[in-house]
Amino acid sequence: MSELVIKNLHVSIEQKEILNGVDLTLKQGEIHAIMGPNGTGKSTLAYTLMGHPSYTVTGGEIWFKGKNLLELAVDERSRLGLFLAFQYPVAIPGVTVANFLRSAVNSRRRVVNHEDKGMPILEFRKMLKEKMELLKMDSAFAGRYLNDGFSGGEKKRAEILQMATLKPEIAILDETDSGLDIDALRIVAESVNALSGPELGVLIITHYQRLLNYIKPQFVHIMLGGKIVESGGPDLALQLEERGYDWVREKYEETPA
Amino acid sequence: MEEKPKVVVARTRRIGTPAKTFVFTAGMVPASGVLADYRQKAWQIFNRLSLPTMTEEAWRRTDLRELPADTVHLPTEGAFRELAPVPADLLKPLTADKPGGQVVLLPGGAKPYLSPELTKKGIIFTDMQTAERENPELVARMTGQTVSPEEGKFAALAGALAQNGVVLYIPKGITVEQPLNSLLWGPGVDLAYLSHILVWVDEGASVTYVHEAASPNENGSTLHAGIVEIKVSDNASMQFVELQSWGRHVWNFSHERVSVGHDGTLDWIFGAIGSRLTKNFSELNLVGEGATGRMSGFYFTDGFQHLDHDTQQNHLAPHTTSDLLFKGALKGHSRSVWQGMIYVAVGAAKADGYQANRNLVLSSNARADSIPGLEILADDVRCTHGATVGKLEQEPLFYLKSRGIPEKEAERLLVEGFFDPIMQRIPFEGVRARFQQAIHEKTATQ
Repeated sequence: MSELVIKNLHVSIEQKEILNGVDLTLKQGEIHAIMGPNGTGKSTLAYTLMGHPSYTVTGGEIWFKGKNLLELAVDERSRLGLFLAFQYPVAIPGVTVANFLRSAVNSRRRVVNHEDKGMPILEFRKMLKEKMELLKMDSAFAGRYLNDGFSGGEKKRAEILQMATLKPEIAILDETDSGLDIDALRIVAESVNALSGPELGVLIITHYQRLLNYIKPQFVHIMLGGKIVESGGPDLALQLEERGYDWVREKYEETPA
Repeated sequence: MEEKPKVVVARTRRIGTPAKTFVFTAGMVPASGVLADYRQKAWQIFNRLSLPTMTEEAWRRTDLRELPADTVHLPTEGAFRELAPVPADLLKPLTADKPGGQVVLLPGGAKPYLSPELTKKGIIFTDMQTAERENPELVARMTGQTVSPEEGKFAALAGALAQNGVVLYIPKGITVEQPLNSLLWGPGVDLAYLSHILVWVDEGASVTYVHEAASPNENGSTLHAGIVEIKVSDNASMQFVELQSWGRHVWNFSHERVSVGHDGTLDWIFGAIGSRLTKNFSELNLVGEGATGRMSGFYFTDGFQHLDHDTQQNHLAPHTTSDLLFKGALKGHSRSVWQGMIYVAVGAAKADGYQANRNLVLSSNARADSIPGLEILADDVRCTHGATVGKLEQEPLFYLKSRGIPEKEAERLLVEGFFDPIMQRIPFEGVRARFQQAIHEKTATQ
């Protein structure tokens, strides 16, 4: 079983420490949520797990499927089974959704067999069509330039489409609910639910509770000031919904002198 | 009084003094035939003009001092028998299963073919020597129709001594459905390939013509100098695709001009991936009211390649439209120059001109110069231009890699994406595939 283990993780960006000692273990089949106010390092954690070059790990360890994740390049992490659904997916004009996904799928095949010629085009089209139907996406979507001119909802759905196609073992959803109206939120959440199961571990990063009305986590963590300060069950999220973050701040932040 | 330090500027060689000169002789100029006078005049001009130097505005960024002018010779009759043969791939038509005609120009020879069906319609598509023999009046009429040997040393050289040439004539009102292809195959070193292409699409006629120049990479140097003269008559239309994949040892020069008549249309596509050094002058003359021309270019340089392209969109009549988009990527220590000008003559009201040049610089040692220009002498016109030089951005690269795509391939996808707007303008799968293959090869190497 795949397992993501984060031990005492310290991360800086431009010499400023953002994460100072994050510990978290996430197993395939589990759904975790990390909640917290803005600017506490939630997205930094997501980017660091994926290996974004702007984030420097200054201490701690990350292990995934028994491998030291910090020694792996970004693309290797992905092919090992890690996935990040971006909060702000970048537009790539000139590259269609289909062309991009085929490159991603074929990169995975070539790791298994260096000589692989790639998934036959008809097989790929059929597969993509199925995934898009699952996500209630129009088939014309495959021919559009990736994230270029996509609405907020389309971008998030495109992220989930990629997740469905690449079949990760651990998926990080970074503020996937942000910028979505209630209908788009429901479609995205239903899609994630359709994909989740014993094969998939999910780490939901969110500011608000509302996504958790649709995707039920077994574990909820509260992040504050660059570390996880509280962990609990689903009731912890409800508690945040009712009482906000102030009680957490009062409990863990030092009062200014 | 304080003595000022004396500054002595020593110049061992004046900038712009080419080190070498050509070794062609008057005896090489064909003395008989319908073009004898034209060639003789061109030869005189060739002797009168000096090699361009970097003090001339058009040549400011392209240095010819290393041009091995003294080593290049004309291929002898039948020289192709001793040189590398045309690769089968290059003979495969890029545009259709079977072209209506194909002219292969070889060192010291040519192989023309035109389908009987098209021959019956009065279309002429053959090599220059055959055309001079069989259609001397037409050749005389078309030669010098848009390009003059006075335009420069290389134009004069090609005018005087061109051994390789294509003549294409489409009679009035004839629409040619199947594309016509020609290939200039220029293997070998120390050779001078001189070419002259003549096209006339007569009133109301239409044609698609693809011309490719290519050679293998070799050690040494070879020269190509060419003239392309095209006339698109009133209500005629032409799609013209030019592909340049010369070997990395070739010094390549061309003067090209297309004139488009009343309500005529031209769709002109350029693709350049080869040569050591190239300097092209490509001009669009919109001479008739309502004439339209589109120029679309792609180039990808690497190593020490140097590509310099001058374009000119001349609006010489009212209601004329031009649209130019050139996109290039650069690797290694390569360099590109694009210098474009939209000119709107007095009285060319309602002219609509557009030009854009976009460059993607993939290496810190590569350099792209992009110099747009407008010269507008008429009122009530619309002219816009844009030029950019950029690098691959980190965030798209990270995004692609985060999906498991290795760095090199992610780069290639972004480069392909960059070129996609140009690919969208090329209606031929074969041409697109040829360029995509070049992108593959060029992005794969360091």
